[in-house]
Amino acid sequence: MTRDEAFLQFLLRMGDNTLVLGHRVSEWCGHSPVLEEDIALANTALDLIGQTQFWLGLAGEVQGEGKSADDIAFLRDVWDFRNLLLVEMPNGDFGQTLMRQFLFDAWHSIQLGRLMKSSDDRVAAIAEKASKEVTYHLERSADTVVGLGDGTEESHRRMQEALDYLWPYVGEMFQADDVDAEMAAAGIAPDPASLRDEYDTLIGRILANATLTIPDSSFGHKGGRTGKMHTEHLGHLLTQMQWLQRAYPGANW
Amino acid sequence: MTETTTQPSTSQIWEWLDAVPDPEIPVISLVDLGIIRGVEWNGDVLAISVTPTYSGCPATSIINLDIETALRDHGIEKLELKRQLSPAWTTDWLSDKGRAKLEEYGIAPPQPAGGPERCPNCRSNNVTKVSQFGSTPCKAHWRCQDCLEPFDYFKCI
Repeated sequence: MTRDEAFLQFLLRMGDNTLVLGHRVSEWCGHSPVLEEDIALANTALDLIGQTQFWLGLAGEVQGEGKSADDIAFLRDVWDFRNLLLVEMPNGDFGQTLMRQFLFDAWHSIQLGRLMKSSDDRVAAIAEKASKEVTYHLERSADTVVGLGDGTEESHRRMQEALDYLWPYVGEMFQADDVDAEMAAAGIAPDPASLRDEYDTLIGRILANATLTIPDSSFGHKGGRTGKMHTEHLGHLLTQMQWLQRAYPGANW
Repeated sequence: MTETTTQPSTSQIWEWLDAVPDPEIPVISLVDLGIIRGVEWNGDVLAISVTPTYSGCPATSIINLDIETALRDHGIEKLELKRQLSPAWTTDWLSDKGRAKLEEYGIAPPQPAGGPERCPNCRSNNVTKVSQFGSTPCKAHWRCQDCLEPFDYFKCI
């Protein structure tokens, strides 16, 4: 694997995370429990889609085949996607959506903090921009997880169920492969495993405030960021997200 | 070959850009908003650097279009718009004129403390947060406990 090939994979991983999660969160638009939450989720989705344009735009540049961010987002199928399995998991109820958001935001904020020191100026610039937005996302998702976890009996039960359901998808964030080794050697991105301690400290503190119990299991699903095996949910998501380009290839306006 | 005799100065260009309103908050200009990061002539090409407020802000493409339209109306023919991500936009770049206009319009300007200093309608300090997000990516939703009016707060980032 050449450095550029690894770099492309890294950029797809970053951009596909924000693309797939951005789409998932946008599915709440018009359906949230209250108007303010609807607006908050739509705004979060918008930030993520905006960040996707930067990551996938740069991916297209590095790939050098003249593809735009839109081409990469809309003209690939499941096996080409490099997002974490966590972000393609269904929304479930509002609590599950916010738990997924929190588990991702916590990782995302730490990862972007490291990427701001990337040896690649373009990566550092995107990270600097995205980091401000993600700090805000994390503040909100953490507050909501605490509010609902340490809330009523019903909300507590739902948040614990959401954590139990999503926990097996957390480990994938910290798994490393050849791509990561190449990126770390080039100083472009950190070794994923090096983020784990900071992550555990951060979520440990918030989940304790939320009176929730982290499951005592280290089992982790994997296959998303390598593209080896996505869940069945991603294909369904793409049929909706890519519907227009599938029905009317090349449509433009 | 002679140079164009009437190449407008960069300070003239800044003045023209200061007359282009933000498409979402038309009381302030693009210059007030602090998103114009550079104006320079490269030969006969005018290069304008623009930074986005938020990554996904849908106004970004409209803003580029508005800049282009305004400058073409002033006779600029060769224009290059550049997206500049770093340093990332901060509300510290809002001009004092812009901050005053925001408040006059009913939007509380950003404060380092993280919340509005006072209600933009009745000036009361008795305000409460309704939602961390608002009608556009750059705003949050607050309410005055005295006059009971809801209002937008320009988030401090």
